[in-house]
Amino acid sequence: MSTGPLIDIKDLRIRFHGDDGRVTHAVDGVDLSVANGATLGLVGESGCGKSVTSLAIMGLLPKQSTEISGAIRFDGFDLLKTSDQTLRDLRGNRLAMIFQEPMTSLNPSLTIGDQITETILRHRGGSRRSARERAIELLRRVHIPSAERRIDEYPHKLSGGMRQRVMIAMALACDPRLLIADEPTTALDVTLQAQILELMRELKATSGAAIILITHDLGVVAEVCDEVAVMYAGEIVERAPVDELFAAPQHPYTVGLLGSIPRLDHRAEQLATIEGMVPNMAQPPAGCRFAARCPFVLDACTKALPPLVELSPGHLSRCIRAPLELLVS
Amino acid sequence: MALLEVQGLVKHFVAERSLFGRELAHVKAVDGVSFSLDAGKTLALVGESGCGKSTVSRLVLRLIEPDAGTIRFEGRDLLALDAGALRAFRREAQIIFQDPYASLNPRMTVGQILTEPLALHDLVPPARRRERVEEILRLVGLEPRLARRYPHEFSGGQRQRIAIARAIAVEPKLIICDEPVSALDVSIRSQILNLLRELQDRLGLAYIFVSHDLAVVKHIADHVAVMNLGQIVETAEADTLFAAPCHPYSRALLSAIPVPKPQAKRSRIVLQGEIPSAMNPPSGCRFHTRCPYVIERCRSDLPELVADGIGHATACHRTSELPSSAAIVPSDGGFSPVLEKLVAAFSSGPEAVRGGGVSS
Repeated sequence: MSTGPLIDIKDLRIRFHGDDGRVTHAVDGVDLSVANGATLGLVGESGCGKSVTSLAIMGLLPKQSTEISGAIRFDGFDLLKTSDQTLRDLRGNRLAMIFQEPMTSLNPSLTIGDQITETILRHRGGSRRSARERAIELLRRVHIPSAERRIDEYPHKLSGGMRQRVMIAMALACDPRLLIADEPTTALDVTLQAQILELMRELKATSGAAIILITHDLGVVAEVCDEVAVMYAGEIVERAPVDELFAAPQHPYTVGLLGSIPRLDHRAEQLATIEGMVPNMAQPPAGCRFAARCPFVLDACTKALPPLVELSPGHLSRCIRAPLELLVS
Repeated sequence: MALLEVQGLVKHFVAERSLFGRELAHVKAVDGVSFSLDAGKTLALVGESGCGKSTVSRLVLRLIEPDAGTIRFEGRDLLALDAGALRAFRREAQIIFQDPYASLNPRMTVGQILTEPLALHDLVPPARRRERVEEILRLVGLEPRLARRYPHEFSGGQRQRIAIARAIAVEPKLIICDEPVSALDVSIRSQILNLLRELQDRLGLAYIFVSHDLAVVKHIADHVAVMNLGQIVETAEADTLFAAPCHPYSRALLSAIPVPKPQAKRSRIVLQGEIPSAMNPPSGCRFHTRCPYVIERCRSDLPELVADGIGHATACHRTSELPSSAAIVPSDGGFSPVLEKLVAAFSSGPEAVRGGGVSS
C-alpha cells in the first residue's frame, strides 16, 4: 500500500443544468483527501454540497444534467474518467455507501440475505452457499441477533436501527477501502444512534477502511471523526483535525455552527444564530460566500473570494480575518 | 392551580380486527399517564419513537379521544366539553408540528393563513385584521410585507415561524410543540428555539415540548417526563433530571447524547436488544427486556412512579440500589475560552469585534 491518501479530490466542480436553463453551482473547487483508516467528517447545512460531493465519488450523479470537472483519484483510478464498467466493479466492492433512510435503500421485495449475497456474488463470485455463510457472518458482525434466522426476513419486518445495520453489513460485504456514510444516524432514535456510532467506531478499529461521514450533527463528528471539513455554499470553508476544530475554529461559519448547538454543561439564555440565508447558487457572490451573514465582515471580503489558507499544519480556513482569536483578544 | 392536569390517561388503538369486526389486538400507545403543567412553563416529553409522546400531545388537545383518564385545563374537565365549548378551548391550546410545510395550506397566502384563526374565533374585527396579522408576523421575526406570499416561497425555518405565528394568533395559553425543530438545520434550529423562548417570556405561554433531541430539551424545558412504551418512567425538574437521572432508561437515553467535544468523558450505556412492540408490551416493568439492572421482580411486577421529597419521581424497583448516576450525562466541558469569546462576538455582531467591521 502506498503512503499517499486513499482518496484524493482535486478542484471538484459540479454544476447542475436545470430545465429552465438555470445553472446551479452545487460544488465549487473542493479539495479533499482521506488517508487509509482515517475518518473524515463532512459538515454543513442542507444544500451546501456535501451529499453531492459523495454522490460524485460514487459516480451516481445523473449524466445528462450534470457538469463535473476536476479529479477524484482513488486506488489508482480517476473516478471521473473511468468507464461505467469499472465503476460498477468498484461500487459495492472497494467503494461503499450507506444512506440516511435505510427503508428506501433496501429492496422491499427481496430478503435481506438475497440483497447481501447479491453483492458478494457480483464481486467475489463463489458459491451461493459460501456467500450465504459470509452474509450471516456479516450480520453477526453488525450485532443482529439470531442472524441465521434473520437473513431470510424481508426489510419491512425489521426495525429502523436493524435496517441501518443491514445496510452497514451490505456495505461491508466486500471489505471496502472507503465507506461513505451519508447521515447514517439522523433518522434514528438516540439509543439506536448510540448503537450505530459504537458499531462505526468498532469497524474503524477492525477493518482499516477509511470513512467519510456526512452529517450536520457536530456531536456525532466529535465522537467518531479524526478530521473535519466544513462546507458552505459548495465550498470547503474550513478543514482541521477534530480537536482543533472544536478548540479553535478559524472560520466564522464554524463559530456560528458551534454556538448554535444547545449545550449540556451550561444553560445559555440565547443560542447563537446565523442570520440571513444561504446565497442563491445560480449566481454565487463574487467574494466570500458567507460574507452576507458574517458579523466579522470587512469590505475586502465581498471583493474577492478568499483562498483556503493553511494556518497551522492541517488546519485550513477560507477567511481573510483568520486567525480569529486576534479579533477577540 | 396548574394550567393543565392530566390523570391516568389511557389510549389503546385497535391494531387488528377479525372478519366480523371484533377487536383482536391493541396498540397500547398510552397506558396510564399523569402529569401537570403550570402556566408559563415548559414540560418536555421525551422517549424513543413509538413511546406514545405524540399520542399524549394529541389527547391533551382532544384531537383524539382517550379511553380513560381525565384532562383538566384551568380546572375545567376537557372531556366533558360539548362541541361549542371544545371549539372555544381550541383558542387556548394550539399545536405546532415537525414538518411546517405539510401543516400549511399551499393555496393560501401567509396573510390568509393568519387571518383564518382570527376570523374563526372572531377575535379581531375585520377592519383591524390586517394590522393584527402584521403585528403577529413582526412578533415571530418576519417582515409584514411577506403576508402576500405563499408557503412554498419560504425556507424551512421561515415556514416554522409562520406555523408559530398561526399558533400564537389566537393568543393561546398552551402550545404543544411536536418535534418543532427536528427537521431544521442547526443554525435555523437555534433561531426557532430562541424565538420560542422569547415568545414564552413575552406572552406567558406554557409549552408541551415533544422531542427526541435531549440537548434541545435540556435547553428549553423546565420539567421533563421520560416515556417508555406508553408510560412515564421518570419525571423531574429538567436540571435535576440531567444532573442525576434515576431510571435506567433515562440514564441510557441521556448517556447516548452526542456532545460536541472530542474525547468527551462518558460512560455510555448502549442498550442492547430491540424496542419491544407496544402491541405486546413486556410483563412487569416494560423496560425489563433491555434493562442492564433487571432482577426477577422486574419481570412480573409493574413498578409505580414514586416521588421523592423534591418531586423527582421514578418508576423502578431498584431506585435505591442503582449505582451512582455521576458521569452518566456526558460533559461537553464547555468551550475553550477563545471559542467562548468568539461565539459571544459572533452573536453580538460587528461592534464586538476588534478592528470593527463594515457597517451594514
